[in-house]
This record gives sequence, structure tokens and C-alpha cells, in this order.
Amino acid sequence: MEATTAPAPRAGKASSRTRSERKLGWMLCAPAVIAMLLVTAYPIIYAVVLSFQDLDLRFPEEGGFVGLDNYSTVLTSDLWWTDLFNTLFITVIAVAIELVLGMAIALVMYRAIFGRGAIRASVLIPYGIITVVAAFSWQFAFDPATGFVNNLPLIADDKAWFGERFSAFAVIIMAEIWKTVPFMALLLLAGLTTIDDGLYEAAKVDGASAWQRFWRITLPLMKPAILVALLFRTLDSFRVFDTIFIMTRGAQDTESVSILGFNQLISRLNLGLGSAVSVLIFFCVLIIAFLFIRGLGARTQEGRVG
Amino acid sequence: MRRGLGLGRLGVSFVIALCGAVIVSGCGGGGESGPPSLNWFVAIQPGGSIEEVAKRCNEQAQGRYEIELELLPTDADPQREQLVRRLGAEDSSVDLIGMDIPWTAEFANAGWLRPYEGALAEQVTKDAFDSAVEAASFEGKVYGAPFNSNTQLLFYRKDVAPTPPTTWDQMIDQAEQLGTTIQVQALRYEGYVVLFNTLLQSAGGEILSGPEEVALPQGPTEEALRILGKLANSGAAAPDISTSDEDSARLGYEGGASAFMVNYTFAFGSAEENAPDVHAQTGVARYPEVVPGMPSRPPLGGFNIGVSAFSEHPEEAFQAATCITSPMGQLLATELDGLPPSNETLYTDPVVTEAYPGFSELVKQSLDDAATRALTPAYTDLSLSIQRTLHPPDKINPDDVGPTYDELKSNAEDAVKREGLQ
Repeated sequence: MEATTAPAPRAGKASSRTRSERKLGWMLCAPAVIAMLLVTAYPIIYAVVLSFQDLDLRFPEEGGFVGLDNYSTVLTSDLWWTDLFNTLFITVIAVAIELVLGMAIALVMYRAIFGRGAIRASVLIPYGIITVVAAFSWQFAFDPATGFVNNLPLIADDKAWFGERFSAFAVIIMAEIWKTVPFMALLLLAGLTTIDDGLYEAAKVDGASAWQRFWRITLPLMKPAILVALLFRTLDSFRVFDTIFIMTRGAQDTESVSILGFNQLISRLNLGLGSAVSVLIFFCVLIIAFLFIRGLGARTQEGRVG
Repeated sequence: MRRGLGLGRLGVSFVIALCGAVIVSGCGGGGESGPPSLNWFVAIQPGGSIEEVAKRCNEQAQGRYEIELELLPTDADPQREQLVRRLGAEDSSVDLIGMDIPWTAEFANAGWLRPYEGALAEQVTKDAFDSAVEAASFEGKVYGAPFNSNTQLLFYRKDVAPTPPTTWDQMIDQAEQLGTTIQVQALRYEGYVVLFNTLLQSAGGEILSGPEEVALPQGPTEEALRILGKLANSGAAAPDISTSDEDSARLGYEGGASAFMVNYTFAFGSAEENAPDVHAQTGVARYPEVVPGMPSRPPLGGFNIGVSAFSEHPEEAFQAATCITSPMGQLLATELDGLPPSNETLYTDPVVTEAYPGFSELVKQSLDDAATRALTPAYTDLSLSIQRTLHPPDKINPDDVGPTYDELKSNAEDAVKREGLQ
């Protein structure tokens, strides 16, 4: 505790002042820290504790401490690995397409000469729609009996989109992309606005083409913004639940790890197994965040130098 | 110091506000004055029968209790999810539960229900179908008062197929010849387990022989799997068979694409309202057989009224449950929502004969022979495991069902012991 009260106080007077400021600082952030502990640390620790137990609400008199049994059950199950693959598949494809589309939309929003406010607001509409509602709209659109998609040219009238794995994946991923591209675009737009226009003018004077300006100026300077956007969306996408739950409930091998956790926790009330799944999802998220932040830290420095 | 005090005061007032919110919601509708209110958690019915039954019972109670409705979604899985979360947390705001029939064993075993004892048990079960009573009981005790019992029938187009098929094989062949399709329920959900269970029991088999004892005899099970695989891999399958539920089946039939449909009784009234032309040509027949000459065992659905173990007014709750499930309540559900009564004695009542014109006797017979679902506290695990193993239906090879059978049996054995992920 003492060691952390640095930065090294030089005079006694300053030291006591620093200390009281520190104290005030702690007091000011105490409510936030306490709230964080209550709403995040406590549930996480509780989930870890539950994951070491054989606990099923439907069988209240059974159970007890089982060590790592739940984890070995999950990790030796084909289901966990299939679902992890599905989740990563959806995440990688959706985030990659979102990045490209989001960048395009961000450039349009940035360059828009008229109706800037209207364009930015209208682009945001899908993001404002509740995921469950969006998922239902997409499901109805692709429903062979009631949807309009099968009436479009080049599409078989009786195509059952959710009756087969890859077409089901395609609809799920499209719905995810449609919903979150605006978010991606907004984050990227924030990055775009930080770039000094003078750089573009200088490049133009030197005869750089539009493509060269994008590739050599925009992208390198936006790296930090791009990495932040990718981090947010990857973590978000890894938790994909609503869209799959509404469209297939995990049928046709489209189940994500969150649906797997839901099945154990809410349908089976098997809190032990379900918590083990949740804790494993938590670790996956930690790993993703760790990888990104390592990349992010390095790139931010680079960006500043430029 | 002053700042600290201010913070403390803020914290205290926050805590008070929070407690206030908790107290208000805890007592919500409790009402210190007036009759005890009973919260009835039950699936919403589009015809408004639930509201009407509650209203009539409140009138009859003359101030002894006041039923308040907590309406649940129309689908069985979300209904159960909402209820088990409350019951698992021993929520005393649940008094009366509208239980879908496969939940009885699970809820009773977990200690969430009060059994109906003695004369009360006798009163709520004496006129009910045996199948309904069996589905409302667990380990020799009655945990639910049968409210309505549902079953599936074969709906067919008289203009396409003047004589209805009596077996599944006939129906599939006939549909293929006629270039039409058959509507079933084969989405990965409980309704698909109902389809499998019905085929299995119609073939003379059973899923379980005891709460933790898997039966699945090879002959009948393979026959049921063969029918499922044959249907799904034939031209008689609707294109959306692997995502079909009761509602999509109804839509497919009403749209005219399918000349055959197995579905609950509601489909008859629905066609009358939405597709009068189709309805005029609709015939109703008994659920098709699996083994020729062996009467089919149509599915059993329906709702029982359970009394929560955490209710603070159990005595009033039992009184309300007997009122809800009285002939008055059962007939209101038939009249307004087309739900068949659980009491066999009501099938000559004009309300019932009018709701099922010309086939009320068929509904009664189907319920008499209906196949109950496996009675085990681990029913959800078993259901999830069967759904996973048998879905999508077209992966079952009708010419070689052996591998599917082996997988099904071993997965079911894990599931009743609640082992592994589901």
C-alpha cells in the first residue's frame, strides 16, 4: 500500500496533500468500485464456485463438491467443441464482413456533403432495433411459407433456409451483420475524424491516387480505431445468442456456446454443468481480449508516432 | 469528513429505495385487506378462456380468494423456463400453475408442488381420462388437477383423398402418388419428441419402463425410426419438415400445399377461420397406425392445475384449482378455445359436440387410447437428448435404422441419469 502512494513526495507538506488527494480519489471512485464488485466480481466468483459442484435445482437433496468433474464433462463432450467451432465460425465471418462494410459506410458518412445528420441517423436504425425483434423479422423474411425471400428471382420457392446447416448459418450471419454494421461504422467514423486533413492535401499535391491515400494514410492512422472496433465486435459476436435462439434454437448444428450454456442452466437447471460452460466461455472471452489488447497496445504506440 | 457523511447519506437513501422496491414487489397484489390473491401462472389462450374461467371462479369464491393471472407465452419451452426459474428460487408469488403434462414428474420430484390428498384427489380425478390422470400423477400421488386434455387427429382433404389412409406407410405412399405432402411437427423441440413417442407407442414400445430405466425395445423403436426416416426422405415430406411446428403445419395445410396433417384439435377451428375453402373439404380421422391392425396411440397434451409448494395460501389455492377444473371451467376452455375437456363425462355436452362437429367421439376415443409421455424427473434431459439424436429427421436412413437406434438408446441412458451435456 505504502509503495503505491508514489509519485515520490519531496516535501512533508506535499506528501500529506498528495495522500489526502489520493484518499479523496478513492472515496470518489468507491461507489463505482463497489458497484463493479457487486455486479461483476460477485457473479463471476459465484459461477466459479457453482462450477465445482454437482448442483441441479430439480434434485435439491442431491449434490456436493465434485472438483473438476463438470469441466471434464464439458471438455470431453463433442458438443462443446462443435458449438465452439460454430461460435468462432460465426464470429470470424460476421466480423470480417462487418469490418469491410463498416469501413465503406464510415467513409460515406464522413464524405457526405449534404444531409450528414440524416445519413448518420438512418444508418443507425438497425442498431437501434432489439436483437430479438430483428431476428424475428429475418426469420419471417426467410420462412418458406410466409417470407418474401423465396419469391425473389433465382431462389427456389420451397427453399427451407433453416432446414440445412449452411443456409441457416448464412441467414444467422446476415442478420448479425445487418444489425451491427452501424456500430462498426460509427466506431470507424470516430477514427476517421481524428485524421488530419492536411495529410491528404499533402499527398494529393504529391500525386497520390485515392486508393493510395486510403491505403497509405487512412488505414495506418486508423489502426487503433480499427482494433478497438474489432475487439468490441469480436467479444460481442462471440456471445451470439438471440439470433440463433429465435431462428433455429441451435438445430441443424448451428448451436453456439451461449445456447449450450442456456440449455444446461435454464432448461435443465443443472447449475453445476451450466456454470462450468459459463466459466469456459468467460475464459474464451479473456483469451480473445488478451490477444487483441496485446496487438492494440503495440499499434497504438505506432499510431502516435505517425 | 463532511464528504464522507454526504456519501453515507446517499448510500443509505439508495439502500432504503432499493428495499422499498423489494418490499413493494414482494407484496405485489398481496393485499393486507380483502381476500388473499392467488397468482395463476398459465399459458395465454387466444380465445380468452383463461380470463373467463378466472372471472367466473372469482365470482363463485364470494370473497374467499381472488385469482390474478400471470400469463405465460404460448410455446411450451418458454412457459416452463419462466416457471422453473421462479419455482427453483422458491418464489412465494406463484400459487397456481398451469402445468403442461410432461412437467408433472419434474416439478413433483423437485418438491415444488403440493399433492392433492384424499377426497380432493378423488374429486379432481374421478371423471378424467385414465391417460390424463396418469400424466398428472407421480409416485402414486396426484399433483395436478386435469383441466384440459389435447390429442392429435389426422386432418385430410376429402377432395384429394376421399378415403383417409389408416397407416403411416399408406399415407406416405398415397401422398407421394398424389403429389402432395404431409404436415407433421419435426422442429428440434418438444413436439418432435411427441411425434417420436407417438410412433413408438403405436408400434408397441415405450421410451422408459421406470423413472431411470430406459426401455426403447429394438423392434418397435426401429419401426418408429423407419417411419420417421421414410417420411422425411420421401416426396411426402413438406419442404420445411425439419423446422415445422403446430403452427407451420397448420399454415401449410391451410395454404393447400399439403393434403394431410397430423395436428391438435385447434387446427380444425383455425382452418374454418382462415381458409374456409380448405375447411369445407377437410375430413377428420383417427391418428394413423404404425403397425397395420394395431390401434394407434395418439399423442396426449393438455394442462393440469398444480398448487405450488411455496404458496402462502394453499387451502384457497386448492379450492381455486377445483373451481378452475370443474365442468364449468373445462367447458369454457372448449367453447372459447377449442380445448378438449379432461372429463370423459363431458363429451355428450352440446358445447363439446358443437366444438368438434361429428368427431367429438373420435376425440374422446383418441384420448382414451392416448400415449402419455415418459414420466421422469429428468424429462427435460431426455427430451433434449432425443431431439438432438433424431434431428433433422432426414438423417435417419429408413433402410438401415440400426445406427440411429444404437445412438438413441445410449444417449437416452445417459440422459435419464442426467449425465453429460445436452
